[in-house]
Amino acid sequence: MYRRPDTRRAILVPLLAVAATLMLLGSLMVGPAAISLTRLWSALLGSGDPVATAILFDLRLPRAILGLAVGGMLGLAGAVLQGYLRNPLAEPSVLGASNAAALGAVGALYFGFSDLHVLVLPLMAIGGSIVALASLFALAGRSQSPLSLILAGIALSTLAGAGISLALNLSPNPFAAMEITTWLLGSLENRSIEHVWLAVPCVVLGSGLLLLDGRSLDALSLGEDSAQALGVNLRRTRIRLLLGISIGVGGAVAVSGSIGFVGLIVPHLIRPLTDRSPSAILLPSFLAGAVLLTGADTGVRLIPTNNELKLGIVTAFLGVPVFLAHLLKERRVW
Amino acid sequence: MVTIHLDDLCVSVGPRPILNSVTATFPPGMLVGILGPNGAGKTTLVRALLGLLKPARGAVLLDGRPVAGLSRRQVARSVAYLPQGHTLHWPLSVECLVALGRLPHLAPFSAISPEDSAIIEAALEQADVAHLRGRLATELSGGERARVMLARALAVQAPVLVADEPLASLDPGHQIDVMELLAAEARAGKLVIAVLHDLTMAARFCDRLLLLDRGEVGALGPPLHVLSPARLRSVYGITARTDNTGSWPVIVPEHRLATGA
Repeated sequence: MYRRPDTRRAILVPLLAVAATLMLLGSLMVGPAAISLTRLWSALLGSGDPVATAILFDLRLPRAILGLAVGGMLGLAGAVLQGYLRNPLAEPSVLGASNAAALGAVGALYFGFSDLHVLVLPLMAIGGSIVALASLFALAGRSQSPLSLILAGIALSTLAGAGISLALNLSPNPFAAMEITTWLLGSLENRSIEHVWLAVPCVVLGSGLLLLDGRSLDALSLGEDSAQALGVNLRRTRIRLLLGISIGVGGAVAVSGSIGFVGLIVPHLIRPLTDRSPSAILLPSFLAGAVLLTGADTGVRLIPTNNELKLGIVTAFLGVPVFLAHLLKERRVW
Repeated sequence: MVTIHLDDLCVSVGPRPILNSVTATFPPGMLVGILGPNGAGKTTLVRALLGLLKPARGAVLLDGRPVAGLSRRQVARSVAYLPQGHTLHWPLSVECLVALGRLPHLAPFSAISPEDSAIIEAALEQADVAHLRGRLATELSGGERARVMLARALAVQAPVLVADEPLASLDPGHQIDVMELLAAEARAGKLVIAVLHDLTMAARFCDRLLLLDRGEVGALGPPLHVLSPARLRSVYGITARTDNTGSWPVIVPEHRLATGA
């Protein structure tokens, strides 16, 4: 938040924004059906042939937008949680938010509530995420040690995972089991514009709430007492974060299933490029998460496999080696 | 210019009463030392001063207004806090860390103004850490980090500065520097409240001492009145040699009395 870092950040943010735009365009160009750029361009201008227009607007555009929104949300949620908990291991899935949201979604599918209305599934995902984070804060929110919050989070995450496995175990038919597996692995395949209308408002609202608290996160790097002595109302900050992460991650997971590692890795990759203060990595983490997930989602379409790879698998395979290499390099600072 | 008044202050942490009926007035322009054995309630008193602990009875009054009724931001602008232990969770640069002191004054999303930068610069100079500005605060020595934290507290420019053990982990030279700095802040009109363990430093630099004895006011007043041999015996359980012949008193603890004495 002070002089030199500002100039570095002034380059970083536009750079990531350009990268995100390129990823968006790249994602629009790639798909199982080969369509030439000229056909796509005329479809974009509204004068293309109906097939190209349908593929572009009904299949590829929703998928690209969801990639950006979900990836951005996960990256931002990771950056915020690491700052708030002052723990570099924190991310939405470590705290159980993603798994609980997936459990909500699976519950909607399993009991058939999802057929009642299109909004039921994402709302149950958001509800799951809120229940998980509320119990997390109740269990460990008063403790000074971030470790207890993470332990409680892992317990909740495991519990939600067990709930999903139970639904899988008891699912009446293989089709339902397949559907549920999708929520465990994460995918943006076959998403429609309705999914965009469900996820994007949640992500906008959630990230809006989270981006408000950069200053409080900076103050928290001095510990809770010092942060309060610097004028931070911790209770309100905690409530805003709880709501922001529940709504944002809940809404994102409601359309994509649980995608791990993005929230963990992105803040670590961004931090060395900034002054390392928690507020400085928020917006760059959103953009980098968007770039990473859209890139991975374009990747799964380029890799020739019989069944399209699930996104969560790719982010894990791509992310973990990058993360480990980064940790080895950065160990000096930790 | 702010006066702090502790009015019959009782504070419990959980079910345990820590402070019992503490009454004292600290006017501006004064360096007040808070003394007492471990567990006497010094840190609890500091946290109550900042409004971080709610009094079970009584109140902490900032210019007559109870701290509990003020917003966090209002308190933050009036009372700067230098905590014990110098916690820092991220490897921030010294400059960035000291800039955190301006948080209570910044409107949401506004950047650091030139005035803020000037204040940060002055705080860096005052605490003698300007040469460390580009370093990572996590890679400093204990003494350097303590002074950076002090600069952070000075950058708040609040009329009250509360320091919890500001001398811990400092070498003798820097201990004197810090006490002189705190005394200068007090002479400039601030109210400075410091938790101290060094009796000689307290007697030399403080205008007034509050000696806590198991959560109650053991003594309150000028240093030599508070640090009498009888009180050192009853509150700390020690005998001490007091030498008043120099330009300031020297109090050297000698023996610990058997418990119960």
